[in-house]
Amino acid sequence: MEYAVEIRNLTKDYEIGFWRKKRVRALDDLSLNVRSGQIFGFLGGNGAGKTTTIKTLMRLQFPTAGSASILGEDISNVKMHGRVGYCPENPYFYDYLTAREVMDYFGQLFGYDRPTREQKTKELLAKVGLNEKDWKKQLRKYSKGMLQRVGLAQSLINDPEIVFLDEPMSGLDPVGRRQIRELIAGLRANGVTVFMSTHILSDIEALCDEVAILRGGKLTAAGDLNELLAASEGAGSFEISVDGVSAEAIREDIEFIAGAQITAKPQGAGIMVLDEADIEAVLAVTRRAGGRLTSIEPVKQSLEDLFVRDIDPADPGIK
Amino acid sequence: MPNEGPGFLPRILTIAKNAFRESVRDRILYNLIVFALLITASAIFLGELTAGQEARVIVNLGLSATLIFGAFISIFSGVSLVWKEIEKKTVYSIFSKPVGRGEFIVGKFFGLSAMLAVNIGVMGIGVTLALLYVGGRGLIGGVWASVLLIFLELTVLTAVAIMFSSFSTPALSALLTFFVFLIGHFSVSLLDLANTMGSSSALGFFTAVYYLLPNLSHFSFITETANGMLPPPQMLGGAALYALVYNVILMTITVAIFSRRNFK
Repeated sequence: MEYAVEIRNLTKDYEIGFWRKKRVRALDDLSLNVRSGQIFGFLGGNGAGKTTTIKTLMRLQFPTAGSASILGEDISNVKMHGRVGYCPENPYFYDYLTAREVMDYFGQLFGYDRPTREQKTKELLAKVGLNEKDWKKQLRKYSKGMLQRVGLAQSLINDPEIVFLDEPMSGLDPVGRRQIRELIAGLRANGVTVFMSTHILSDIEALCDEVAILRGGKLTAAGDLNELLAASEGAGSFEISVDGVSAEAIREDIEFIAGAQITAKPQGAGIMVLDEADIEAVLAVTRRAGGRLTSIEPVKQSLEDLFVRDIDPADPGIK
Repeated sequence: MPNEGPGFLPRILTIAKNAFRESVRDRILYNLIVFALLITASAIFLGELTAGQEARVIVNLGLSATLIFGAFISIFSGVSLVWKEIEKKTVYSIFSKPVGRGEFIVGKFFGLSAMLAVNIGVMGIGVTLALLYVGGRGLIGGVWASVLLIFLELTVLTAVAIMFSSFSTPALSALLTFFVFLIGHFSVSLLDLANTMGSSSALGFFTAVYYLLPNLSHFSFITETANGMLPPPQMLGGAALYALVYNVILMTITVAIFSRRNFK
């Protein structure tokens, strides 16, 4: 199967208010395909519609319009969810149960016999780095990070073919984040598709093959992470640093080069050109003015640049 | 291997067992201590005040307390059982698994009903022991028939509470369920009253109330039990059938409402 998730024109409106109900659009005509066997990063600011999308896919909410399928089956197919794992944002479980009991409960919902449930519980709680002495504590005594680990463990109890992780690193310390990153990479190595939303861009850069960026419920970018970065504004440019000459002395000549920009630096100037072919012209101008080349570096766009470009901090997201 | 889950019955059973465990860990069974104290005190002291009527008083008091305690548990646990799952967002992990919303509601209902069965069963034992203490052995059969009727009534009340909580707040659901409990016990009297009033609109209204709300007088046999009577088998059978039909209708409505809910 080429696509693990197919989303077609998904729209979700919420009604707010008591008497005079007002409609707000949380998700606006979202169409998206997620290839099987990859780690897919789902990005967006607060209120962009990430959690709404995941909740709709998990049939916790019903779409206002559009449809979606997971593993080739419509999301309304309850049985299909037996092949899916889900860890909600800030996972909540029965706080009167222990971690072992929660795992056992979910294992029973999948129809596993007792020895299988016990084996899976031990294996998964250890895999998410939950200390064995805490397995018999009631969840009401757990920290946020410990609950997050239980959330991840339960999402894998049925050996899912695809797992949806909503902010999986939330509440974890640096060691925990590293463990979970390794766990997620391990899932991909075993052929599991991972669909994760996160605010931690370094995790996306380290793990994801493809990403989608949402803003105000609309898709603003989607595709291979490296291709998106390469195609984004500023990618393919070069920054040339020179010293022994002031920016003002060469500004006029530099601005003759199409698209070139010059900025003053303490020891000299920085010049950005859009094309590699223009580097020689910049060097010639600098030499004529008595300057000296110190470095030439290709301009790399980071995911943060891409993210910030697509997310307007003044925009509350939901329209 | 990925697992699509067992059939719906094992899933309902799993949810019911967990609902039962939740009630136990929420210390709902602690009410039995109060009940035990009440029955013990009545067995020891009330008999002295009612000269020779100890057994009758114990049956009246014990079964009434069983009904009242049970009704409180049905109402307060019933209205919070589903609401808590939504409020605490525990439903997120449940419905992302191959669990139908109907299975969840029915499982919760069975779990709470099982807890009520244990609860009033223990209360029944308490009344039986008190009767043995005061020498009222002859009333024990009737007590257990009444305990069964009370249990059937409480399942209806639980189904009403769960239905209200599927679309309303716990406070409002508790209030509405309490009204149903009160009206359900007096609906026959209300219908009689409307007939004597002669007003067609009042008659229409009370007739609608009579047929719409559960007629809980089908389950009332406490006074008769205290007087040494046993409920006839057709009454027990009729009450069981009434509870079954009513619960199926209420569960169907609840599942229909709950299946359309968005969890924000």
